[in-house]
Amino acid sequence: MPILPVVLWTDLLLFALIGVAIAAAFYVRGQPHLLAGWRGVAAGGAAMSALTVLTAFVAVGVLDSIHFRAELGGSKGGEHRYAVEVTSLFDVMVSGLRARTEKTYSAPLSAQLFSRESVERADGTQSREFPRLRHGGAHLKDPQSEAGADFAGRVLRGSALALVLWLAVGGFLAAALARRHGVTASEVWRDIWRGDTSVAWRAMLVSAGLLLAVACPVSMLAEAWHVFGTDKVGQDVLYQTLKSIRTALVIGTLTTLVTLPIAVGLGILAGYFGGWVDDVIQYIYTTLNSIPGVLLIAASVLMMQVVIDTHPDWFATSAERADARLLALCLILGVTSWTGLCRLLRGETLKLRELDYVLAARAFGVSQARIMARHILPNLMHIVLISVVMDFSGLVLAEAVLSYVGVGVDPSTISFGTMINSARMELSREPMVWWSLLAAFVFMFLLVLSANLFADAVRDAFDPRMQSLVRPRRAPRPAGAA
Amino acid sequence: MLRLAQTILACAAVLAVSGCGDVWNDPYPAVDRGLNVLYSAFTDRPKHLDPVQSYSEDEATYNAQIYEPPLQYHYLRRPYELVPLLAESLPKPIYYDDQDREVSADAPGVAYGVYEIRIRSGVRYQPHPAFAQAASGGPRYQSLTADDLAGIRSLADFRETGTRELEAADFAYQIKRLAHPRLHSPIFGLMSEYIVGLKELAAALKDADKALADQGKPGVWLDLTRFALPGVEVVDAHTYRIKVKGRYPQFVYWLAMNFFAPVPMEVDRFYAQPGMAERNLVLDWYPVGTGPYMLTENNPNARMVLERNPNYHGERYPADGEAEDRSAGLLADSGRPLPFIDRVVFTREKEGIPYWNKFLQGYYDQSGISSDSFDRAVRVSVEGQTAVSPEMAQKGIQLETAVSTASRYFAFNWLDPVVGGPGGERAKKLRQAISIALDWEEFISIFANGRGITGQSPIPPGIFGFIEGEHGVNPVTHEWVGNAPRRRPIDAARRLLAEAGYPNGRDETTGQPLTLMLDTTERGPDDKSRLDWLRKQFAKLSIQLEIRGADYNRFQERVRKGAAQMFVWGWNADYPDPENFLFLFLTQQSRARLQGENAANYANPEYDQLYERMRLMDNGPERQAVIDRMVAILREDAPWSFGFHPKDYSLRHAWIGNAKPNQMARNTLKYMKVDPVLRAQRRREWNTVVLWPLGLMALLIAAGITPAAIALRRRERARALPSVTR
Amino acid sequence: MFAYVVRRVLYAIPIVIGVNLITFALFFVVNTPDDMARMQLGIKRVTPEAIHKWKAERGYDKPLFYDGQAEGRDKFTNTIFFTKSIRMFVFDFGREDNGRDIANEISTRMVPSLAIALPTFILSLLVTISFALLLVLFRATYLDFWGVVLCVAMMSVSSLFYIIGGQFLVAKLWNLVPISGYANGLDAPRFLILPVVVGIIGGIGAGTRWYRTIFLEEINRDYVRTARAKGLSELRVMFGHVLKNAMIPILTGVVVVIPTLFLGSLITESFFGIPGLGSYTIDAINSQDFAVVRAMVFIGSVLYIIGLILTDISYTLVDPRVRLQ
Repeated sequence: MPILPVVLWTDLLLFALIGVAIAAAFYVRGQPHLLAGWRGVAAGGAAMSALTVLTAFVAVGVLDSIHFRAELGGSKGGEHRYAVEVTSLFDVMVSGLRARTEKTYSAPLSAQLFSRESVERADGTQSREFPRLRHGGAHLKDPQSEAGADFAGRVLRGSALALVLWLAVGGFLAAALARRHGVTASEVWRDIWRGDTSVAWRAMLVSAGLLLAVACPVSMLAEAWHVFGTDKVGQDVLYQTLKSIRTALVIGTLTTLVTLPIAVGLGILAGYFGGWVDDVIQYIYTTLNSIPGVLLIAASVLMMQVVIDTHPDWFATSAERADARLLALCLILGVTSWTGLCRLLRGETLKLRELDYVLAARAFGVSQARIMARHILPNLMHIVLISVVMDFSGLVLAEAVLSYVGVGVDPSTISFGTMINSARMELSREPMVWWSLLAAFVFMFLLVLSANLFADAVRDAFDPRMQSLVRPRRAPRPAGAA
Repeated sequence: MLRLAQTILACAAVLAVSGCGDVWNDPYPAVDRGLNVLYSAFTDRPKHLDPVQSYSEDEATYNAQIYEPPLQYHYLRRPYELVPLLAESLPKPIYYDDQDREVSADAPGVAYGVYEIRIRSGVRYQPHPAFAQAASGGPRYQSLTADDLAGIRSLADFRETGTRELEAADFAYQIKRLAHPRLHSPIFGLMSEYIVGLKELAAALKDADKALADQGKPGVWLDLTRFALPGVEVVDAHTYRIKVKGRYPQFVYWLAMNFFAPVPMEVDRFYAQPGMAERNLVLDWYPVGTGPYMLTENNPNARMVLERNPNYHGERYPADGEAEDRSAGLLADSGRPLPFIDRVVFTREKEGIPYWNKFLQGYYDQSGISSDSFDRAVRVSVEGQTAVSPEMAQKGIQLETAVSTASRYFAFNWLDPVVGGPGGERAKKLRQAISIALDWEEFISIFANGRGITGQSPIPPGIFGFIEGEHGVNPVTHEWVGNAPRRRPIDAARRLLAEAGYPNGRDETTGQPLTLMLDTTERGPDDKSRLDWLRKQFAKLSIQLEIRGADYNRFQERVRKGAAQMFVWGWNADYPDPENFLFLFLTQQSRARLQGENAANYANPEYDQLYERMRLMDNGPERQAVIDRMVAILREDAPWSFGFHPKDYSLRHAWIGNAKPNQMARNTLKYMKVDPVLRAQRRREWNTVVLWPLGLMALLIAAGITPAAIALRRRERARALPSVTR
Repeated sequence: MFAYVVRRVLYAIPIVIGVNLITFALFFVVNTPDDMARMQLGIKRVTPEAIHKWKAERGYDKPLFYDGQAEGRDKFTNTIFFTKSIRMFVFDFGREDNGRDIANEISTRMVPSLAIALPTFILSLLVTISFALLLVLFRATYLDFWGVVLCVAMMSVSSLFYIIGGQFLVAKLWNLVPISGYANGLDAPRFLILPVVVGIIGGIGAGTRWYRTIFLEEINRDYVRTARAKGLSELRVMFGHVLKNAMIPILTGVVVVIPTLFLGSLITESFFGIPGLGSYTIDAINSQDFAVVRAMVFIGSVLYIIGLILTDISYTLVDPRVRLQ
């Protein structure tokens, strides 16, 4: 099927970010002091478990960032016509989830709608009953008696698949490690089992196993059931939760990324030059800082909406418009949050510029720009890195709150914030509709928790201030005790 | 952790003290328990309470209980019927030609009509400082100095109050206030077309106001009695006449609105004194009327309180109503003096969840219901009648329903080349196809839990011109099957679409997919599902729908400029006359061209002509025939997909009596009554305190602290010992 | 020190002007005065004349920043920006778009906002610092480890869930307190307990972790070792030395917040129906009442600057070595 690729701005930036991350990884390999830091991260069990979970989230997000417009059938005169709707690779992969919509609410793993409806019986009389779903459990004749067996079968198949996949991953890992270290696979297995490896493979394997053990049965069930139920207009909640991941990732990462240049540039300039440059930059960030954050964000979001609203011709599809709004939200969140990083960098630069090697470079007549780029910037990177990972979870949480105030993402964008907001009212229904809220809660909690754990590990490893604090806890047992 | 335990203990102590009584979660002061008080809630704070400016529903909640216009709607009778309130009888216009000769109503040369209104005698205003008399005889508070106002923050700080009898001049004063240069009356534009001399008065007042401002006295009181309004004549203390240009039979409906309620000159002058506005002491916030209630607490952020007006002239509960009213117990109080309730407390409730939950706990006596709480409350019975769920019925909660006199519609912009008038026959077929595809029945069942009926024409039920049953069905979108209308199958829509030149949603000639734009102001998360639903409807026809969400201003601007291709909007009736709905399609009301109310910019000369005829007719078969013709044109042209007429439901507890929904009358609080004893009993039953979680929490904290404390102790000892031996 | 404070206040003036300029620009890109008029005048039967009148009355009929037709100084002074901003500096906030006096409104709404914010602030400070001290006391034990895990878990829950959950359990299922609302005087505690407790719980995770870090940093210093070597008990070391010396980093974070407590909390106030400044701000944003938004932003920035000055002063109180010049 011919397709028309669509590259949204956030896609572009997201892939750029991944590119930068890969490039950075190669760079780190050649820098012993950086490598040491990352080794520290890799040794931590909690951090690596978190990383495993994060990787799964990122995979979903990346698949969801490859966008295109599908071709409409029956084109005329050899010219292709494309649908207006923009879909992603992820949408295609889970097209079943997307297409299987019901009329309205249905509970998780239920074969019936959640509310009664007037149904016309065969004999012409009407009755109020729970109608069967169009898709959920539709393959069963009598769901009440057959559902149990169906679930068991699917969970069993899913678990078996999970086991196979897990063994494959484990085997592959062991083989790779064995080759690299020149030992036998069984020795590698033993080391992993004991936790005697420099990278916390055991933790990663365990968490990967848990992930698979949950994901595989769920995907088996999702083929014929709504695992998390459906929402008000009958859309699958699992699908929405999965789609929310990309939004959260975009907000969490791009926000710091897009404003990073400003924060780093201004921070270094202020710290390095001092004088009036410093005054002006300090003035800018103090002014921005002194405006209550939510108000500034609200006003900016409203303003940006007006710009988007008044130029409908800028965007070919509503997906592009929603995307522009998402990116703008990132920018605005960034503008209100860069001041902290900027001040931090300014302070650090003030210290660095008095160091001997910087003074020496200056004495040798090295240009200012070169000094900043070669001597100052690299020594600030750990602060930047820490702030990027630390900000992530806060931003994901902020999105939900902003959506509540009404200045969040575009309503057509599926995000945790929009999900929580529409689910809020459902709690007061009776019987209660709890599944959307719970699904959003669980996924958001997992994402933020693993991000927090990972960020902690990164900070512990790279912040010189922290090292002295954390090491004692992780200190090896004294030789005599063993 | 100890501190947390202390905090929690302290909280529990405070709870125990403050909640001493049977229930802990009563949001009202203990002294009010058992009183004859009605508890209600409001979501948006009222913006204006000045009867000249106020036009919105939430403001009418208060104003209609305080101000009384000459006429009102009968509480029980349907269809809606005007009855006198402050007037002695319904005014009948007498028509004159341009030579001031009396002519009959249907004579060709009618130049204006005169409405003579006689008002009841012995009506007195609520107690108010503006009427207070000084010991010496003059008004007490009409020449206040800065010193007089020193300790004054609210109206209650004026110690003395007074009253006086209602006069015809007060009505005339209020009509002049419609033209006041410092006020914004939403009906000034309309009324200046009809009331003789109102426009000229506005110009004169504007000049006078400017002159005052130029003298450096802006904001000084403008005495309207010094300016003449030829269209309003005060005949004697209890009679006045209004002169209306041409024939305008709908004018009497306006006389039932607060725009025509009396406002005494003293009050206006009282509030215009320097220093009052700075204290928020303005007529816009402190209404003064003759009605059954007066506003005694005005805190729009938290609470509004209405209390019985001691000077109320008295009115009796109506003696007749609809057939089923007697069996419903609505006539039990016939002839008893109104009002029944002493005090009405409105609490601000911005969020839906607390609102609904407090209703269930018995702290609000009545509740509008949101769709989400609806399943809990309401069950549609086999016969399609709505009743409360068994659980609710057990609680004694009752349900009132009424189809509101409103229309929600999906409009096509007539100026648009694809879906509008310029598109000719092709566009018409397209509009018709979409009208079929938009399954409003499904919309009502998902989003309104069946609270609405599908629109077959712009005219909602309860208004003359609406036809029930087979003859009222829109033949374009529906067919009559058995004994109910059924939406035409989607294939019919697809056929129409193909005839329009878009088979399978693709343009025949170019092969381009047909893409339509929907403008909407819905952008909140809750609206998302509604937009998803709309997209689903267009997908049925394989039409690509682009939704452009914008904030309300931007949306309005697009509609105003005629730049919106399609949009969803609604109209609530001002008065129960079909004219109020059919004028929404007039060429001279075009929103884009003439800033009128015809948002779809529909234009059809034949329709306009029929409208002119219909407007002047009295209700009857002849008028019905004209209306039928007009509706047929609209159905064929389909400038709107007639969405639905929402049903208003209200739930009320068993202790509320005499409640019957009335779409036109807003002054309904005076008819209602409360049984405080039953209420107190139910509240006790429904709000039993659950204490075990507090105990559990304390246990958990203790369990958490103990091992920690032991470990700490041990460590201290371990550290201490070596130092001793050393 | 007096001279220092005066200088800081003078520094504040350009910042406040900048804030004003930013809000003004942001707001008027969003809203033309026409929009504001329409918003206020309602939906039905709005005529262009009515809009014009509304604008003229409130001074919105002037140009925004620059009046090309005026003479001399009037080019800049006869604009919406100038006329609306200049009054702000003498704390004359003018009126809401629907005519109520803003200063009056702010003064009455401040009370409920403070009634929520102050207890939440003080109690959560106490609770988090005690928790943090406890964790540090048990550093390198299972209690510390699981405490930190718990903190991270609590941080990872959106504050919306705390509010929704708290209301659902405490007020709806257990009938312990009113679900929402506010009353003055003796009745107030019943309404305040739930929002305050929810506020405290929501802040425990992040707060505890933050103070734990600060305390850990202090505890490895030489003076602490010396104190321990002297045989002081661990508790005495904690409260006598560590807490006292950790005061400066604590103050940096805390004092700057105190003045802004006046602004209230947007989310809590609207969920619990508390008529404070936070819900005032939300209402103003929703109804696009520029005068109110600008007043709130202005007050917010002034309070922030006061907070910065207070922070500096508090340093001198805690640590006599710090001198302000």
